[in-house]
Amino acid sequence: MKVLEINHCNKKFGDNEVLKDISLSVEEGQVVSIIGPSGSGKSTLLRCATLLETMDGGDLIYLGKYAAKADKAGKAQYVSNGELRQIRKNFGLVFQNFNLFPHYTVLKNIMEPPMLIGGRAEKEVRQEAMALLAKMGLEDKADAYPFQLSGGQQQRVSIARALAMKPRILFFDEPTSALDPELTGEILKVIQDLAAEHMTMVVVTHEMAFARDVSDHIIFMDGGVIVEEGKPEDVITHPAQERTQAFLRRFHQ
Amino acid sequence: MSFSNILAQLGGGFLYTLLLFVLTLVFSMPLGLLVAFGRMNVWAPFSFLLTESEKSLLRGGNALPRTGKWQDNFRRGLAQFHPIQTVMKVLISILRGTPLMLQLLVVCYGPFYMWGATLSTQWRFTALLIGFAVNYAAYFAEIYRSGIESIPVGQYEAAAVLGYSKSQTFFRIILPQMVKRVLPPVTNEVITLVKDTSLAFVLSYQEMFTVAKQIAAAKADITPLFVAGVFYFIFNAVVAYTMERIEKALSYYR
Repeated sequence: MKVLEINHCNKKFGDNEVLKDISLSVEEGQVVSIIGPSGSGKSTLLRCATLLETMDGGDLIYLGKYAAKADKAGKAQYVSNGELRQIRKNFGLVFQNFNLFPHYTVLKNIMEPPMLIGGRAEKEVRQEAMALLAKMGLEDKADAYPFQLSGGQQQRVSIARALAMKPRILFFDEPTSALDPELTGEILKVIQDLAAEHMTMVVVTHEMAFARDVSDHIIFMDGGVIVEEGKPEDVITHPAQERTQAFLRRFHQ
Repeated sequence: MSFSNILAQLGGGFLYTLLLFVLTLVFSMPLGLLVAFGRMNVWAPFSFLLTESEKSLLRGGNALPRTGKWQDNFRRGLAQFHPIQTVMKVLISILRGTPLMLQLLVVCYGPFYMWGATLSTQWRFTALLIGFAVNYAAYFAEIYRSGIESIPVGQYEAAAVLGYSKSQTFFRIILPQMVKRVLPPVTNEVITLVKDTSLAFVLSYQEMFTVAKQIAAAKADITPLFVAGVFYFIFNAVVAYTMERIEKALSYYR
């Protein structure tokens, strides 16, 4: 079953074409990594998929339901705000710089969205939140405030916050880029564990070894287009395109 | 006139000072939030004049390239005109750019000079409150705006992805963080207000400064003015201490 489907996505900032005719689909349980140089459009693609940016053209489909549908001219027509609110429940996003709510404790960061937005009972949500914290190795930090945590701990809390909403698909926007190198490992481990549990994920990352090991499918983007995609061993180990080879040369050295 | 007599009279005036101070804060602080919303409003009724590519440029945060044609400049200017924001800007600049004392006189006597309205004694106090509350709302609005605009955009994005509505985002995520950030400049403003209440003497409101001036003039004695000064100083010390406590109470997070 396709959890996410994007067809012929176009996005311009003025005359600058950031995304050119991008199509991709993500099957349930699949882990897709998007790699590529800065400015290649991979973050913009993620922001379009999570409704933080609007596409100019193309379709955006979650579990068969259209969030945006191209009209005859190809222009993306978004569904009503009420319907978008329902569609948002399907996905979660983990940001590069965490974006935890600093005035809430770790526990409240995780508990408020399911209670407020999901309308769920406190007792049940608390149990789940504590279980998520335990999974992240942070049970003892439930009452701490974000500023008291390390970057890696904050990122794990933000993953827990996203998971508490029980998304069908989870997006990661360079989840380790704001972290010290010695802290990236703990985040990659968490994502790897989620992959082992068949969580559907799309990860924008600069960690090539990680992308190779954890993904089912890799997309290499450059200049707003998908240059190459396929199995990790094909794209990362034996890239066919020159641009992919040039980009990965640094990594292979 | 004995010292204790002066104290008693000024103490009576002080209650009126306190009343004006408290009511001004009660009205101006929420009003300031409304003014701040207006000041940040980007409703553009003529935005339909923009072409698609111009719209997409602006959405991306870019400036429009110059074309050199006045028609283009005029059309774009009109399309990017924010009427509510402009009205609030003008209002704020008038309120900050003219003396509060003048504003108080205009509010109080304006209805009489402009429409020949008869002014009751109660009206004086109402006029005082309107003058003070509106003037302080303008200052608070700019302080609130600076606080709201200093909240990282990531906070809005995190809330949006989690499904928070706009008002949920504002009241649960943005406002509490804004309050913490604006406390120091708000403290400044509140301390200024304590001293500004003395301007109420222009409308013969019997607050402490008016009383002190009357006694000083009648008895040819400067003592009441000194005593009034001490009252203001102590009042402000209490205000500063209270605000410091609130800041401390909010320092549990960063």
